Amino acid sequence: MNPVRAVGRSVLGLLRTAGRVALFGGKGLAAALTPPMFLGQFGRQVLAIGYFSLPVVGLTAVFTGAALALNIYTGGGRFNAEQIMPQIVALGITRELGPVLAALMLAGRVSAAIAAEIGAMRATEQIDALETLSTDPFRYLIAPRLLAAILTLPLLTAVADTIGIAGGWLVATASLNFNPALYVQNTWSFLQSWDVVSGLIKAAVFGFLVALMGCFHGYYASGGARGVGRATTHAVVSAAILVFASDYLMTSVFSRGL
Amino acid sequence: MTDEAPPKLEWRGVKKRFQGRVVLDGLDLAVPRGRSLVIIGGSGQGKSVTIKIAIGLLRPDAGEVRVDGRDVTRLRGAERRDLSREFGMLFQSAALFDSLTVWENVAFRLLNADRVPRAEARARALEALSRVGLGPNVAQQSPGELSGGMQKRVGLARAVVSQPEIIFFDEPTTGLDPITADVINDLIVEQVRRLGCTAVSITHDMASARKIADEIAMLHEGRIVWRGAAADIDRSGNPYVEQFINGRADGPIKGAV
Ligand SMILES: Nc1ncnc2c1ncn2[C@@H]1O[C@H](COP(=O)(O)OP(=O)(O)OP(=O)(O)O)[C@@H](O)[C@H]1O
Ligand SMILES: [Mg+2]
Repeated sequence: MNPVRAVGRSVLGLLRTAGRVALFGGKGLAAALTPPMFLGQFGRQVLAIGYFSLPVVGLTAVFTGAALALNIYTGGGRFNAEQIMPQIVALGITRELGPVLAALMLAGRVSAAIAAEIGAMRATEQIDALETLSTDPFRYLIAPRLLAAILTLPLLTAVADTIGIAGGWLVATASLNFNPALYVQNTWSFLQSWDVVSGLIKAAVFGFLVALMGCFHGYYASGGARGVGRATTHAVVSAAILVFASDYLMTSVFSRGL
Repeated sequence: MTDEAPPKLEWRGVKKRFQGRVVLDGLDLAVPRGRSLVIIGGSGQGKSVTIKIAIGLLRPDAGEVRVDGRDVTRLRGAERRDLSREFGMLFQSAALFDSLTVWENVAFRLLNADRVPRAEARARALEALSRVGLGPNVAQQSPGELSGGMQKRVGLARAVVSQPEIIFFDEPTTGLDPITADVINDLIVEQVRRLGCTAVSITHDMASARKIADEIAMLHEGRIVWRGAAADIDRSGNPYVEQFINGRADGPIKGAV
């Protein structure tokens, strides 16, 4: 096989998929932002995507905050900078780790569940049935999930930020001899609102991408149970990759502009 | 109404292929208003595809679908969803929504497309369920808890609840025991008669076809090879039909396996 041709073919395939995803996402967003809405479905998804993700996101955040604090304390000690550890932890969590970790947890939990559910509905002709019952699957299935993820991931991130910083505080006060009140005060006076807001903006974009990958792969699942399994895997992997790639892109835009 | 009235539903020269494999090859078929047509044919001959093209779930590569003489082949989006208010469909797999209760399934179009108040939708769903022999205790259950025969009943109730003008049945009796199958056949005949609607059914089951059909058409290799009154099926003089209804392995139809 001619390697140039093979590379060309996979590049074309990638572009074609990117185009289909973009069309799908645009259609989904349009349905999410215009009436009629299915409020019951939306409420269900807010619970499934947002509320039930709180425990995993919280646990991840507290351990990451604690580990980050230890690492920065030890590393900072090499040039006598241990004392600015609270500020670095706060910055790392709000700008980067809070949104990214919450999004990765959501990629594992939610995009897999969405892909499996919608994929199974495709396999059992339930999506066809929707159409024959005069109901637009984009409005009924896709839009509520996209909207719920876009709105709840920033909230989850705010929780992750708080719990992550608390994790750092716990380690600092319990074993590194930091003054509890001073730690909080240092963090609070150092943080700028943009540190937090930029992280929340990232989170909204991640929420869209994570839900989109679940919906897209589920919607086009084919080939029975194996197809649904494949869709689930693809959803999780592509959601995680998109989270990292868009994180870098947004970070570079944010740090240039502001 | 004159004899010139257009057929309720018509396929004209419909062609469809999947990945280069021809499934429908110029299908011509018409169903007069108020008649019940049954399409028979072997597995994989494109019977389900024929119905899916009629209701717009698949788009033909060539040819057109007409409803009341109007070309509806290229309707999409809101126009398509308006047209599908005239249709009811019982899927081969029943295709009930497993996240909803039985009555919410039956009332789905009323609740979500027509935005009928919940209490009224529920009342109409219960009425439709009682017509297919299911009581209010079943209405609260989840479709996954029901037997195959009961799922078909629910699917039938969902298809008839908003009084469609054309109903499609994709293998309504496949996978059921002969007695349950006969109950479903009776229900279909009863509902179609009550609504006075046009019916298009697919089946492998000749007992079912004889019971439901006014007319029978046989699909083979992408075309209609025979069509006639249900009463004439035993003297069709057509080798495909004779082989099919007698279930013989030898004849013009080659087994697909
Ligand atoms: N969406 C699709 N994509 C690709 N191929 C398809 C699709 N739908 C149907 N086919 C193919 O078209 C052919 C006809 O399928 P169809 O489901 O209409 O058969 P059928 O006559 O209903 O058979 P059965 O009696 O087994 O239900 C099959 O070979 C099937 O693999
Ligand atoms: Mg079929």
